[in-house]
Amino acid sequence: MSSTAENIQDNAQLDAWLDKKLDELLPKKIEQIENAKTPSMSIIATKGTLDWAYPPFILASTAAALGWEVDIFFTFYGLLLLKKKLAAEVSPLGNPAMPMKMPFGPQWFQDFDWPMPNLLMAGVPGFEKVATGLMKKTFKNKGVATVEELRDLCLEAEVKMVACQMTVDVFGFDPGEFIPEVTDFVGATSFLPVAQKSDVCLFI
Amino acid sequence: MTEVAEKLDARGMNCPLPIVKTRKALNLINTGEILEVTSSDPGSVKDMAVFCEQTGNRLVASNEAESSYVFLIEKA
Repeated sequence: MSSTAENIQDNAQLDAWLDKKLDELLPKKIEQIENAKTPSMSIIATKGTLDWAYPPFILASTAAALGWEVDIFFTFYGLLLLKKKLAAEVSPLGNPAMPMKMPFGPQWFQDFDWPMPNLLMAGVPGFEKVATGLMKKTFKNKGVATVEELRDLCLEAEVKMVACQMTVDVFGFDPGEFIPEVTDFVGATSFLPVAQKSDVCLFI
Repeated sequence: MTEVAEKLDARGMNCPLPIVKTRKALNLINTGEILEVTSSDPGSVKDMAVFCEQTGNRLVASNEAESSYVFLIEKA
């Protein structure tokens, strides 16, 4: 009888000791494990206009430069960013946040934000070509890389790029038009586990 | 003072190029060697410090000199 009581008391002491030891050692161990883990980022890229082409490639190339593991899932109009020949355009029509500043001329002229009536943007054929050209010139002036350059930097840094098979089919894309570095054509099911494990998941 | 093994002129480049090119340039040198990066992007000051902290490379020096910033990074 008394030996059982002793056992119970021993176990309780053991438990208390174990608790105390874990409190001491666990935080350090957890910190060690966390620090040794390579950060990862996953991006779901759904847009294909010039203004939306930059964010995924800038974020991916920066994360890769920091040594992170990066995966990008291109779907819907994001698939356009996988084409060998990039032809992304932009328009301020329906994009009221886009400033219309001229990237040439004296500084006071360049600082002026031109109000653009929707009628003009919708009515003048080829307006988006003008807007695209102006945006590209603005970026060039400020020393920002082109989308092609950023994409190349991503590939060099081994960012993994996959395409959504479903939207390739739906929109009738020809996979032959895509850059050969696309590692796979998958569905959301395949990408979600990657997204779940990543530290940062972005929907762009 | 260790000699500068490689120089990167990132002037005129805007985010994320200074950092991305720095990463590439670091791959060209060996552990312990110094990379000198010159940038005109004021954002690169903070970026370079964070980059070094995140990647374990040592930011030996970060100086400003008439609208350009010079960084000395020792490869880990």
